[in-house]
Amino acid sequence: MEKVLEVKHLKKYFPVKGLFFTKGWVKAVDDISFEIYKGETFGLVGESGCGKTTTGRTILRLIEPTAGEILFEGKNVMELKGDELKWFRRKAQIMFQDPYSSLNPRQTVFEIIMEPVRFHGIEVDDPEEFVVNLLKSVGLNEMHLYRYPHEFSGGQRQRIALARIMALKPEFIVLDEPTSALDVSVQANILNTLKDLQEKHGFTYLFISHDLGVVKYMSHRMGVMYLGKLVEVGPADKIFENPLHPYTQMLLSAIPVPDPEMAKELKAKRKIVRGEPPSPINPPAGCRFHPRCPFAKDVCRKEEPPMVEVEKDHHVACWLYAKS
Amino acid sequence: MPEPILQVRNLTVHFYTYAGIVKAIERVSFDVYRGETFALVGETGCGKSVTSRALTQLIESPGRIVEGEVLYHKEDGTVVDLLKLNEEQIREIRGNEIAYIFQDPHASLDPLYTVGYQIGEAMEVHGKVESIKEGIKKAVDILRSVLIPDPENRVKNYPHELSGGMKQRVVIGIGIANNPKILIADEPTTALDVTVQAQILDLINQLKEKYKATVILITHNLGVVAETADRVAVMYAGKIVEIGSVEQIFKNPLHPYTKGLLKAVPNPMTKIERLEAIPGTVPNLITPPSGCRFHPRCPFATEVCKRKVPELKEMEDGHFVACHLY
Repeated sequence: MEKVLEVKHLKKYFPVKGLFFTKGWVKAVDDISFEIYKGETFGLVGESGCGKTTTGRTILRLIEPTAGEILFEGKNVMELKGDELKWFRRKAQIMFQDPYSSLNPRQTVFEIIMEPVRFHGIEVDDPEEFVVNLLKSVGLNEMHLYRYPHEFSGGQRQRIALARIMALKPEFIVLDEPTSALDVSVQANILNTLKDLQEKHGFTYLFISHDLGVVKYMSHRMGVMYLGKLVEVGPADKIFENPLHPYTQMLLSAIPVPDPEMAKELKAKRKIVRGEPPSPINPPAGCRFHPRCPFAKDVCRKEEPPMVEVEKDHHVACWLYAKS
Repeated sequence: MPEPILQVRNLTVHFYTYAGIVKAIERVSFDVYRGETFALVGETGCGKSVTSRALTQLIESPGRIVEGEVLYHKEDGTVVDLLKLNEEQIREIRGNEIAYIFQDPHASLDPLYTVGYQIGEAMEVHGKVESIKEGIKKAVDILRSVLIPDPENRVKNYPHELSGGMKQRVVIGIGIANNPKILIADEPTTALDVTVQAQILDLINQLKEKYKATVILITHNLGVVAETADRVAVMYAGKIVEIGSVEQIFKNPLHPYTKGLLKAVPNPMTKIERLEAIPGTVPNLITPPSGCRFHPRCPFATEVCKRKVPELKEMEDGHFVACHLY
């Protein structure tokens, strides 16, 4: 399969400023590697502060990484300049979480969608027809053409954001919690639209979310992040059926499922959930999960576990599976 | 026969805004039984929070409780209508016999006082302790009971020194400080991560058993409902559309909205080929749809749905639905 994106040893540290000197570093993303194949959805899950959004933005070079390599269709994103960078900016897009701050309130829908098209010099015969067709493909229509963002609901705004992305015919889209601000009935609509568009246009998605149900529904493969580290990567079905990392197990067993019988069953065998994620400024030594891990051994406190393949395509970074 | 602790009848709250009168909730009626966990679920703007606040007159201008009764059955057998009490009388009950836990723990705590002081103050106001000083001493036990490690030192912390989950524990601590009979938890875990959410829900359950309290849980998360509630009321656009036990609502949902809602939530433990979405969006409550408020989005809507407001009907034991299909 063709790789669209390859991330190698990506790091992003943010400085914590003191009065005169940098007091320390927030290790938001600390040495993560993964790849995304053409036409698939790669889900990235984790709790707040685990670095999933930073990862998404760094990949698109919206934030400059501290170290590491990002290859987009074989090209090193960090070295792109001029026309090549413009090409990358067009091919790789992002959909943000908050549909209220990602659209300019002073522009009409027509202007919002046409601005990037003009910027990239894409020739359009009839702009109006072009925009109407885009709106129709995301479930809006010509009635909405000259309205302003405040006239739309949250779900409709996300659709406008999606139409703006589609106008540039991208290949890769980072979806950063695209439905977290929406109600469930609207969320289902947007998720289905995203799936349909992927099927039709062959888009590749990086889907970032904290909602495991949504990630399971959307993703082919997924990665679980904890405190700046990728702890488990594999096909979504396999991770949900057979979670390997103790953190993944804890996370999965903590989700409340919308089914009372199943909930009772799961609650009975729920892994004890302890503690809260520590600060990424001074992450624990060794495996970052060890203070909360029920299986922590000596080696976990001292050395970082390597990523190992336990079954086909299913990787985990945990000393329970690796040989020290 | 379970004994009711709260009987809500025809509760109606309107907000008088410049844009018009927002009919936030219209003639909402339900019973809450002693010792149960009763959940109010619905999407943004359906009126679940307004309902929970109106129970103790916590509605601020431009909102007003237009109509209704909230009958509270005290432990000694007397019944009071909470909406008829004056400011002073209701304040004696609120925070004492009926306590709240709100969604955002950052906004619920005063950043200028230590958590111990805030717990102590809640007790002093209701005369449970002589002075705040004594309250702060008792606060150590309360922090221990909400499972905060090292409570002797934590009691001296300011809110900014605690994490989100810890703050929510403190808020719960303030809620239970006076040993309330009813604990109203309004989206208590929405601002928290899943692993912390599981801990907090567990804690609320334990405390409910320990203090023999009744819990009213307001949430939009159907997973949380399935896991913690005994009975459920589903709200849509300011009306209750269905009430029943958790099993009844999840296994045999009757109202088209409840059915749609259940199908729209992805269950992470099952394989779903395609989610079913509810078409359209939640209506504006200044000019709500006539008749049944769900009819513009309902796949089964008929002529009568546009004209007549459906009343709650009992379909099986304890399972009520407001829909013209039945």
